Amino acid sequence: MSGPLKTLFDAVFVENLALSFFLGMCTLLAISRRVSTAIGMGVAVVVVQTITVPVDYLLHRYLLSAGALGWAGLPDVDLSYLSLVSFIGVIAAIVQVLEMALDRFAPPLHASLGIFLPLVTVNCAILGGSLFMVERKGDFVDSVAYGLGGGLGWALAIAAVAGVRERLRYGDAPRGLRGLGIAFIVLGLTAIGFLAIAGLRVG
Amino acid sequence: MPPPQASVLLDPIVRHNPIAVQILGVCSSLAVTTQVSTALVMGLALTVTLCLSNVSISLIRRHLPRSIRLIVEITIIASLVIVIDQALQAYAYDMSKRLSVFVGLIVTNCIVLGRAEAFASRSAPWPSLLDGLGNGIGYGLVLAIVAVVREVLGNGTLLGATVLRRAADGGWYVPVDFLHKPASGFFLLALLVWGLRTRRKDPPEDPAS
Repeated sequence: MSGPLKTLFDAVFVENLALSFFLGMCTLLAISRRVSTAIGMGVAVVVVQTITVPVDYLLHRYLLSAGALGWAGLPDVDLSYLSLVSFIGVIAAIVQVLEMALDRFAPPLHASLGIFLPLVTVNCAILGGSLFMVERKGDFVDSVAYGLGGGLGWALAIAAVAGVRERLRYGDAPRGLRGLGIAFIVLGLTAIGFLAIAGLRVG
Repeated sequence: MPPPQASVLLDPIVRHNPIAVQILGVCSSLAVTTQVSTALVMGLALTVTLCLSNVSISLIRRHLPRSIRLIVEITIIASLVIVIDQALQAYAYDMSKRLSVFVGLIVTNCIVLGRAEAFASRSAPWPSLLDGLGNGIGYGLVLAIVAVVREVLGNGTLLGATVLRRAADGGWYVPVDFLHKPASGFFLLALLVWGLRTRRKDPPEDPAS
């Protein structure tokens, strides 16, 4: 396996944004009580991630990185310190458009995701995906594959954790540990499970 | 009963600690807790960001149209974080190298936007500053506790100074390698939450899980 397919596989299983880099935890903990909402959230992240990572790639490649403004006659300009604020701006804009579209075309999903859809903006997995994309120094196709893979990996993690938490409803956890505490423990165990997958090297 | 302003400052430190009680800002908290020094700097950076962003958003809260508030708030926060990141690179280069992307990820830390949305966008500047300070300290406190456990038991050191002499250096202590793994941060946080919620008289019931 090589090229975009390997990038995709690695992003889903080996370098899982949620379970290897611990990004997007707030949303993951808040939305993972029911599998159906978790999958809705996961889909939202996949969509946003697949759009934002390539857009941020183009932005970084042709406007912000050192020497990128050569085409405009400004080869010595390095705007990379602006990448953080530009990436966030792109993400926030796309999320707000997505929110309006959901409100218009899928009101039940909009209602169930509630306040957490705006919080996709502050989902570290989304910004982290773009920042890691810059560090990868790949090409455009690679950034598309990485965005899709990163989103899918995150969706997989939240669905898995939600599956366990749904069953935990019948468990008899100590009083103070219920809810958040036991969710941390589930996450820790899932992360240990993914350590095993991170040891896999394909191709 | 403390006066209201004091409770704005003190509540988030223990009673409504942002990490332990509200589920906010966990992401970056785990990645920087292998050493106490990085955890403290991270807590400080977050506290400064939180105070400044709370005050500035509170100042413009009456002029901010609801439909574009998210973008405006995020832009303010991101600009503050860029300033802090550049300052760290200028005055504490080693530390900024060790914190790497995690200072940048303060932008996406849910505490900052969460407090801006929930508190600063509907309060006066002074309480907003106190709220930012309290939440920042509460966050830093949790980071510091987790980091102390991970550094002392995982490395035998505290802030770089040897506390428990490692067996490899002729001492008696065998470090727990598992504490270097990010997963251990989750278990420590779980224990912390358990402790905090058991101590409180009214633990929030959570029927869904």
